[in-house]
Amino acid sequence: MNNIMIGRFVSGNSWVHRLDPRTKMLITFVYILVMLWANSWQTYAWTTLFVIVLVKLTDQPFKLYWDGLKPIFWLILFTVVLQLLFTPGTPVLFSFGPLRVTVPGVINAVYVMVRFVLIILMSTILTLTTPPTSIANALESLLGPLKKIGIPVAELSLMLAIALRFVPLLMDETQKIMNAQKSRGMSFSTGGPVKRAKAIIPLLIPLFVGALQRALDLANAMEVRGFKDAVQRTKYRVLSYQKTDKLAFVALGGFVIIFFVIKELAHV
Amino acid sequence: MAITFEKVNFSYGAGTTLARSILHDVTLQIATGQVTAIVGQTGSGKSTLIQHINGLLKPTSGRIIIDDFQLTASTKEKILVQLRKNVGIVFQFPENQLFANTVLEDVMYAPLNFGATKAEAKLAAEQALKRVGVSSELWYRSPFELSGGQMRRVAMAGALSSNPNVVIMDEPAAGLDPKGQAELLNLVQELKALGKTVVFISHQMDHVIAVADQVIVMQNGHVVAQESPKKLFNRDLSWFETMKLDLPKAGQLAEKLRKNGVFLSRRPLTLIELADLINKEVDHE
Repeated sequence: MNNIMIGRFVSGNSWVHRLDPRTKMLITFVYILVMLWANSWQTYAWTTLFVIVLVKLTDQPFKLYWDGLKPIFWLILFTVVLQLLFTPGTPVLFSFGPLRVTVPGVINAVYVMVRFVLIILMSTILTLTTPPTSIANALESLLGPLKKIGIPVAELSLMLAIALRFVPLLMDETQKIMNAQKSRGMSFSTGGPVKRAKAIIPLLIPLFVGALQRALDLANAMEVRGFKDAVQRTKYRVLSYQKTDKLAFVALGGFVIIFFVIKELAHV
Repeated sequence: MAITFEKVNFSYGAGTTLARSILHDVTLQIATGQVTAIVGQTGSGKSTLIQHINGLLKPTSGRIIIDDFQLTASTKEKILVQLRKNVGIVFQFPENQLFANTVLEDVMYAPLNFGATKAEAKLAAEQALKRVGVSSELWYRSPFELSGGQMRRVAMAGALSSNPNVVIMDEPAAGLDPKGQAELLNLVQELKALGKTVVFISHQMDHVIAVADQVIVMQNGHVVAQESPKKLFNRDLSWFETMKLDLPKAGQLAEKLRKNGVFLSRRPLTLIELADLINKEVDHE
């Protein structure tokens, strides 16, 4: 339970840590969008280079990123195998039965894998260097204009902030309940699939009961402090773009322009 | 069952970038049939320590010997079930572990897991429920309908029903009313009378003096003292200040009296002892 890295924030004082969360969010968003146009090894090389530079700038050990990739290894493997086996084209490398591994298939598989890894790395950079509350704040600020057409942006971002806040709490809770049930002889590693699935019940029920209780407690705590929706609230942390953010946007612009130049050149 | 820790070190996430070292060179002995209290500040490693006794955590280095069972970093998960059958843990706020449809089913969970038949498990569960004082009209109710105090008892029965030789409790008195606390201390004494080895974590020194045969004091992951309560509570006052530990209530009062010029011949540890000493002092004058 302690080695799940998705969405974990590690405090630090790097250049990336200090960026405005909105900047980081926009960079991540634009980057993932741009990835959709990548179609040659040159463009993949360029996007990879960009991520490597960013990872370096976060000043965190690479092991952290590697830990972030591990949980989705199977998902990546699954898509890679699909690409490998079901991409039509010539020349055919080898075939068994109806399945054929083709050269375009291999190339596609590699591209898909790289794309997967890069997107995960990019989002890990965002979550690793930005506290969850800042992410929720940034989202509220970026989606601010939608308030004009009646979308309750502030409430949605509050929901997001609460959900993010509950993740470590629930993980903690899961660990505690798991320890208690293990002490009472729970075992996941014996018996058939039905028995194993049943073994989760003593874990899930206390977890749900606890989560509902927590939600109720939080709702009460908000209620007694006079929480109301649809009011204009001030913020403890006011977001403001700094010089480094402007610099980051210039760098992002440069990245996008060079990407499309490389893409065009690779085609010629 | 006797428990021995030999130079046990433990860190969370050992070998990763986020490793945090919790226990340092912990060496201690707990004899069969003894009641041991573990005290120390929050974060001193008490809970981490007790989770080693049934193999929920394995030492990063060093070893733990529980009778003929040896636990080291390389002990396989599969054989731990045998250890857990013999070592029951009542966690902090154990009512969070309740899950079954009825009280009885919940308490039967542990014996069933450890290989008892349905009939045996039912018998063991009934015994455990009686021992913690849950009356039989509650046995077929949902555990979620019970009051907080009743839930706590059911959860404790859930850890005792497999009839473990070692019973470990992590702050069992937290959140109990005075009556519940007194009953808890009775339960500890009953378990001792049955020949069980009991280990409990506590912040209440009056509980320690009431039931413990020995006290283990933890600070920053080190064992700083392992001795009888009597010896421990007669240490210098300054030691308690640096350890941020309290004296039992009687001792606290005696210290206050001393500051106000009333000197007792020795430091009392229980209220009866305190009354005796004050009586003597008054007669003397």
